Amino acid sequence: MTIEYTKISGGTVYDPANGIDGLVRDLWIVDGRIVEPPTDPTVTPTKTIDASGLVVMPGGIDMHCHIAGPKVNVARKMRPEDKRKGEQIHRTNVTHSGTMGSVPSTFATGYKYIGMGYTTAFDAAIPPLGARHAHEEFEDTPCIDKGFYVLMGNNHYVMQSLQRNEPERLKAFIGWLLASTKGFAPKLVNPGGVEVWKSHQAGNVSGLHQKVDHFEVTPLQIIQGVARAADELKLPHAVHIHCNNLGMPGNWTTTLETMKALEGHRGHITHAQFHSYGGGDADENTFNSKVAPLAEYVNSHPNLTIDVGQVLFGETTSMTGDGPLGYYLSKVYGGKWFSGDTEMESGCGITPIKYKNKSLVHALQWAIGLEWYLLVEDPWRVVMSTDHPNGGSFLAYPQIIRMLMDRTYRQDILKTCHPLVRERSQLGDLNREYSLNEIAIITRAGPARILGLKHKGHLGPGADADITIYTPHENKEIMFELPRTVIKSGRVLVDQGEIREVLTGKTLHVDPNYDRDMEQGIQDWFEKYYSIRWRNYPVDLSYLHESEIVPMITSP
Amino acid sequence: MSASATALAEAPATEGSLKVIQDATCTFCGCVCDDIDLTVKDNHIIEAKRACVLGKAWFLNHKTEDRPSCLIDGQPASLEAGYDRAARILVEGKYPIIYGLSDSPCEAQRVAVSIADWINGTIDTTTSVCHGPSGMAFQGVGEVTCSLGEVINRGDMIMFWGSNPAESHPRHFTKYSLMPKGMFLPNGRKDRTCVIVDVRKTKSAKAADIFVQIKPRADFEGLWALRALSKGIDLDPVQVKRDTGVELAVWQDLMHRMKACKFGVIFFGMGLTMTRGKHANSEALLALTRDMNAYTRFVAKPNRGHGNVTGADNVVAWRTGYPFGVNHSRGYPRFNPGEYTTSDTLANGEADSGMTIACDPMANFSEPARRHLASIPYIALDTKETPTTRAAAVAFTVATYGIHTGGTVYRMDDVPIPLRPSCESPNPSDLEVLTQIERRVKALIGITG
Amino acid sequence: MPETFILIPGRTSDQGCGISEGKFLEKYQREINSLQVAPGDMTRLGIVAGDRVRLTSEDGQVEVCVVPAKADELPVGMLFIAYGDISSKLMGGDTHGSGMPTSKGIDVQMELIRPAAV
Repeated sequence: MTIEYTKISGGTVYDPANGIDGLVRDLWIVDGRIVEPPTDPTVTPTKTIDASGLVVMPGGIDMHCHIAGPKVNVARKMRPEDKRKGEQIHRTNVTHSGTMGSVPSTFATGYKYIGMGYTTAFDAAIPPLGARHAHEEFEDTPCIDKGFYVLMGNNHYVMQSLQRNEPERLKAFIGWLLASTKGFAPKLVNPGGVEVWKSHQAGNVSGLHQKVDHFEVTPLQIIQGVARAADELKLPHAVHIHCNNLGMPGNWTTTLETMKALEGHRGHITHAQFHSYGGGDADENTFNSKVAPLAEYVNSHPNLTIDVGQVLFGETTSMTGDGPLGYYLSKVYGGKWFSGDTEMESGCGITPIKYKNKSLVHALQWAIGLEWYLLVEDPWRVVMSTDHPNGGSFLAYPQIIRMLMDRTYRQDILKTCHPLVRERSQLGDLNREYSLNEIAIITRAGPARILGLKHKGHLGPGADADITIYTPHENKEIMFELPRTVIKSGRVLVDQGEIREVLTGKTLHVDPNYDRDMEQGIQDWFEKYYSIRWRNYPVDLSYLHESEIVPMITSP
Repeated sequence: MSASATALAEAPATEGSLKVIQDATCTFCGCVCDDIDLTVKDNHIIEAKRACVLGKAWFLNHKTEDRPSCLIDGQPASLEAGYDRAARILVEGKYPIIYGLSDSPCEAQRVAVSIADWINGTIDTTTSVCHGPSGMAFQGVGEVTCSLGEVINRGDMIMFWGSNPAESHPRHFTKYSLMPKGMFLPNGRKDRTCVIVDVRKTKSAKAADIFVQIKPRADFEGLWALRALSKGIDLDPVQVKRDTGVELAVWQDLMHRMKACKFGVIFFGMGLTMTRGKHANSEALLALTRDMNAYTRFVAKPNRGHGNVTGADNVVAWRTGYPFGVNHSRGYPRFNPGEYTTSDTLANGEADSGMTIACDPMANFSEPARRHLASIPYIALDTKETPTTRAAAVAFTVATYGIHTGGTVYRMDDVPIPLRPSCESPNPSDLEVLTQIERRVKALIGITG
Repeated sequence: MPETFILIPGRTSDQGCGISEGKFLEKYQREINSLQVAPGDMTRLGIVAGDRVRLTSEDGQVEVCVVPAKADELPVGMLFIAYGDISSKLMGGDTHGSGMPTSKGIDVQMELIRPAAV
């Protein structure tokens, strides 16, 4: 049988993981993977895509978004007004209909990601009890590969293991929990704080050293314990941390302490923008950027990575596993508010919000996000995100790219903002402009490396043939918002802005090796407190449709 | 067929031998108890351990219906002929509606939503005549809520408003809300205060420490009085008594207790949603719950009725963006309760064809709605004969979910739970029927793949 | 002379069991055709258990069999019936923009039918 080749010929390739920075190269694809060019010069491809004059990159990877599962679906149900005024997604002969607004329906989510040249996305906060729900939605979120992080920063068993100083038990539990949920990475959201919220009016922890009642452990212990376990389990992605005190003036010290607590371990600080604020004492006037000292710390500590959580001006929906934050935001904005506490595991807060450029706080948040991109020296350790939909939609990525590649453009936006932003942040003085190669790093090669995805984020032999082809344009927003062709698993799904074909996409998950002897203890605890049966808790393989186990790494 | 629908299927019992299916899930009501041990003999359930009276009726009465799998115009027909006719009815309609779904697994619900999408149809679930108004209220003020395990472990003040779980959700008290010993409530019932607010002194009222009997149709007024009291607003005792039928002192005492508890829970039922005021009643309750979080922790939860009505809300929401009452006539989803909800599309004479899945509008809807449904061609899927299947152009007798077929259901608190089928059925599952119809619908309208 | 009552249709255990056992079976049919009346109202109106009454709402009319409400379950002036085919005939088609017809708290006129059907 002859091998069927697809060839992408003559494109200008940006493949930073393989050191290719804008060189004309041919790419050869067989069975959904990139392969070495055939050695036999007489071989002709079954299909050729002429990419001459076009820019070729690996498919984009969103490593932190909220696109599936219980809280995303609650947000959909709660906000018909947001959907009615959003773009309507019409049914075609190959695609389902859907709705947009800040929280798109599942099909619309898949179509919009692939239409933008993104081929992989990770939901950042799934309560284990809702894991089955997330997997069901994934099956209805077509065209992209997907995975999720598992909330465990307020998990009772995690805190109990730390309280009893049983790191081996903690490690086994994390392994068991990831395997049971078919999840990808451990996620901490306001570690310890959500548990306090569940038992006290407006409850929260104020910093890393406050003890969580009943369990008598501190956020610091949770962060260090889980970071260590993640490394010892050799998980492909490190512990993924939403720090304590999100959004609070003066929270940068908490963030810095969290970074320091990760010394000796890998750690990913997510939506760093929301955690880099100076000021305090509830005085808005002192609210200012503290990205500089935090970025300096990141620059000198290669164990750390971040994604930004860029804020864009406009209306969106805040959704978080951070229950007390949801309460706080609902009081700030005064709109409808959802809060949902999940037994033994986590919380959730949802409220509509609107970021205004004339608001000093909002405009500073916007500037602080951009500072992060511009002040982290190594692009391999900073990742593009809006914390979709919290800072804004994932559909804002092309605009963010333009802001990073075109300083005049971003300075023009800065001029429309509250005038004090120039005093409270250094954005106005930052002249750095990203190159296309650097954009390729922070949107695909970097997140793939940070996530431990060896087959993604690059175009070398063995890589998944997830490829985006762009038409070069001076205006980078235009260039990136409408790719010429998007190839997923070797198939052309999008061509000339139209979806030609759909596929389900794979679920990426891990299957860590852990001490099975510890399961009995977990079961005893589980059966004492959960409202469902032990045997009905794990998500079995049948929920995974197409899937791939991402292997453990050899050393953290 | 989705693999997840069959994943937990266990080997069928062989003739004459007993087989026990542990941790089977009961889908009769929204409690979705997943701790039922079923004993199966000769493909028949002979014991349902831990099931309540409703659950026992559900499991034990279940037998293979002596009915054809498919009837067309009341006459036995082949499944193939039924699928063909069903697809034609749906495709030929100008205003086709699909309704029901609260007793189907999510896997089948997903296919039903797909069909609605392909035919530019309207999809609605029994939520619209259950807690649809609560869903609308939720869109107004949001909701502070929790999973049922939180109630077990923390709920020290348990209120029921317009809900009678002793009859509608018989294990609610023992399994989730009143009796269990929880992490922070080691003495179970003794550590909890139970308050029941209702117009009738229901069976449930016997379980209450405090029973508040309000005037019929005065739920909104009662809830609004509590909201005022929570904020320390003075009320006129004469007016309060007149409007609510309850002394102001009783409301004051109740508010005092609500503020003093550590974790309050209000379960509410169709006493609110089906009574004049409807979504305004639910909204008042959700707003009160939210208010209470300025003083302590308080949550609310609708006591959902059918086994997977919560799954229907979730599936319709994730696929269309809206929870129920979704119209696709313009090629994309639109939402408008009161217009695209089934009581309305039927009573207003708008729908011209339809499909009902696991529901009985010919028995439960208003007369004008029934009359109109009887006048249009429709397909009915049900496990048993009902007034709705009798009047259907095409009636499919389907296997029973959770007994014959697997899949996923969502408990009333949105927790997804897998099903463990225990018996075999000669009838197709609703997933199978819907998948076959979808395939034909797509062929008829020229969609490939 | 018919008198106005407030009718509350609702779930009961027997109604719930009847759904599983079969809607055309006697148990279910008996349950949804039985109207609970407060003992005080029965005495006042001279109604005895087993009497048939006619209920008339703005939207429909049904005939049902009276059973006395247990103890103090019902206040006077209120009637209860298990939710189903019969109760739904008294509902109107209007949902007032909510999708939900007013299905509880329906004003009905009750009149005794003499002689009671056997």
